[in-house]
Amino acid sequence: MAWFHKSEVVIAGILVLAMILIGLVNPAFWSLDNMFSLLRSNVIIGIMALGVLLVMISGGIDVSFPAFAVAAMYLTIKGMLYFNYDGVVLPFVAAATMGALFGCLNAFFVYKFRMIPLIVTLGTGSMVRGFLLGVVGTSMININKMPDALIDFGKSDIISMVKPDGTTYGLTAMVAVYVVLAVALHIVLRYTMIGRGVYAMGGDPEAASRVGFNIRKITFFIYCVAGALAGFAGLLHSGMIWLANPRDFVGLELDVIAAVVLGGASIFGGRGSVLGTMLGVFMLVMVKNSLIIMKIDTTWQRVVVGVIIVIATAITAWRDRRANA
Amino acid sequence: MRSGPLFHVDGLVMSENFIELRNVRKEFAGVVALKDLSLTIRKGEIHCLAGENGSGKSTLIKIMSGVYQPTSGELYIDGNRVENLSPMASIEHGVQVIYQDFSLFGNLTVAENLAMNVQLREQRHMLNWRKVREIAKEAVKRLGVDLDLDTDVEKLSTAGKQLVAIARALMSDARLIIMDEPTTALTGKEIETLFRIVKDIQSRGIAILFVSHKMREMLEISEHITVIRNGQKVADGPTGDFDEALITRHMTGSDIISEPYIWDQQKYGSMPPRIETKNLTHGNDLDNINLAIKPGEIVGVSGLLGSGRTELALSLFGMMPGYSGTISINGAQTVLDTPQKAIRAGVAYVPEDRLSEGLFLTQGIDRNMLATSYEKLAPGLLIDQNKAEEWVEAMIRDMQIATPTGKKLVKELSGGNQQRVVIARWLLTNAKFLILNGPTVGVDVGSKAEIHRIIRELAQKEGLAVLMISDDVPELVHNCNRIVLMHRGAFVEEMASADTSEDQISDKLKNLT
Repeated sequence: MAWFHKSEVVIAGILVLAMILIGLVNPAFWSLDNMFSLLRSNVIIGIMALGVLLVMISGGIDVSFPAFAVAAMYLTIKGMLYFNYDGVVLPFVAAATMGALFGCLNAFFVYKFRMIPLIVTLGTGSMVRGFLLGVVGTSMININKMPDALIDFGKSDIISMVKPDGTTYGLTAMVAVYVVLAVALHIVLRYTMIGRGVYAMGGDPEAASRVGFNIRKITFFIYCVAGALAGFAGLLHSGMIWLANPRDFVGLELDVIAAVVLGGASIFGGRGSVLGTMLGVFMLVMVKNSLIIMKIDTTWQRVVVGVIIVIATAITAWRDRRANA
Repeated sequence: MRSGPLFHVDGLVMSENFIELRNVRKEFAGVVALKDLSLTIRKGEIHCLAGENGSGKSTLIKIMSGVYQPTSGELYIDGNRVENLSPMASIEHGVQVIYQDFSLFGNLTVAENLAMNVQLREQRHMLNWRKVREIAKEAVKRLGVDLDLDTDVEKLSTAGKQLVAIARALMSDARLIIMDEPTTALTGKEIETLFRIVKDIQSRGIAILFVSHKMREMLEISEHITVIRNGQKVADGPTGDFDEALITRHMTGSDIISEPYIWDQQKYGSMPPRIETKNLTHGNDLDNINLAIKPGEIVGVSGLLGSGRTELALSLFGMMPGYSGTISINGAQTVLDTPQKAIRAGVAYVPEDRLSEGLFLTQGIDRNMLATSYEKLAPGLLIDQNKAEEWVEAMIRDMQIATPTGKKLVKELSGGNQQRVVIARWLLTNAKFLILNGPTVGVDVGSKAEIHRIIRELAQKEGLAVLMISDDVPELVHNCNRIVLMHRGAFVEEMASADTSEDQISDKLKNLT
């Protein structure tokens, strides 16, 4: 396992170097306030990245999760308003379940018809998003209509600080939610047979079925968990921004995939770790955050994300090819 | 045919046969893959299954491993009738298959690969890494080999991967290990090690089914040989009853003549060498190579993997710039520092696997043949279609490819005809010197003989000079007029094929250190 550690050490090293550089350009970067807000921005992308990581280790790719996330979020909140329900646990279970069901759709096509995951998830994502806007509605649900329990949950902090000028800031408790999910996925990937099955499948699907892994079960597991994580993240997002926008998350797939690739996952499958992905997410969020602080136009942020994807993929592809040679 | 003899121990009926197939027939959508085939593998015996590609070998393996169900016929394990054998049930009975690709996970460590089957069989949900290490250590100990448990499998050599696959099979309490073409990618030394391990496995009472089409290996390792052709058993008996010619005859249904190649010295002796090197040296890979190949000569290179034989080929094809010494082509000294220059000078290089894998199977013969010649066919922007057709027709005629038209898809051709297409492609580049690296690796006996015939004919009639690198000593002895032995980047010895034998060369290879 020395290799995995090595890869993460490299990513962490680059991250520290980048942090020092950014800190030199902008000393405010290191302020606790900025760090807290950075970590806050990690949560949603991070949870989605966990799902994408799972799919990528198995040798697949998922671009449908932003659609699933927005559909699960919007439907759940619509449902809460309709039933006049104000709670936290049940809605999250509902959103995750919806995401999982959407994920089953991906798994079905990928497994049953041996389709390329990219095409399947492009299609299902487009379908789900289209249905949501066409059938359920296009109107935003603002803070005045949002269920209070969700907003309160989204507001909770684990650390609260008071600035000299009297305003308060804090570290959102959602970071803890993210970390718990990450640890859970790490345990699944490292210490359960189904987790090792995901790696085996990413290494060689034919060999995986020959040694006795149940490929169907693993495929459904992968896409359902990825969908569930997306649905969960979607609802969490609306709680954190006090808004349910059915047009949210457009283009987010690129950011998340960039983060996962940045975290050392192989586009060929078989390689990747939770820790690496978390570092990758942090790096991506930090770069985007710095661009905002430096008042660089959002259109240029797209360029940066694109460059990151290409460079990070090139490096990992080069690494994997060298390992195979 | 032997019908499972029974003997009694304290009232128990024991069979000395491990697995027995009786009149097994397998059809796929009406196409018969196996015809009333019977096969018996006794406990602890090394059994060879010989047959060409497409003879039904893999179907047979898959029936024994439970992947396919026979259409009709019976299967017995330990003397008991088994019906609807599933892959899992087959493994539980102790049948382990080591496929050609080993079915290993390159992205996982040796330890995890070794432990995976045991963990899966025990239907565990959680993985205990300490247990994984224990299992892996046990596996390595059982096989008596040294493997670094923490390396990723993809970093191992082919031989190393094979050891992992064998060790893994042993961990599953195997009683029959089926090895599918286990020696294909191994060097002479590695094959020796493999055979030692196979014998060792046998001494523990485990039967081995060795699936191969290499005659010498079968004769060396096995006790019993079964030959199948077109889904039928054509011969079956103790290995002592067979020799190479007999196996070949059974496998192909015809005799393959293997008279040694004789260079027409009268015709070509006075011509300048097609290629000549003087003191060719490159780093630690090549050490003062002096080689001259005249038209019509087929020169074999034998040596272990890493002996510099591939580097020699690459440097003659312009892929190892920065060499010292000289290379001359047709008597004129040239600098070969790019493949483009080499091709223009009339050098062609067919790397390993290229004969079988360098084809665009879903494209026609014409496009496959012309793949390297389009530059010459399109002096301007457009391809001269008439000329292209002419060339293809001429090549189909010259190479005697059995096809009504050049449009026929390559995948619809037989193996032998496919090989001719590849060679035709290189001839269209006006190659005068052909380098073949492992020309018949993984090719069955029939096609192999065809390729040999074509190469010899081209040398004899067209004056093509050929450098043939191969692990297959018989191949070199039968097709080359001289053979050089390479070791550590240098030529150790040169032999005329007429004055040497396969065994002499094999011994010399084994004694290299």
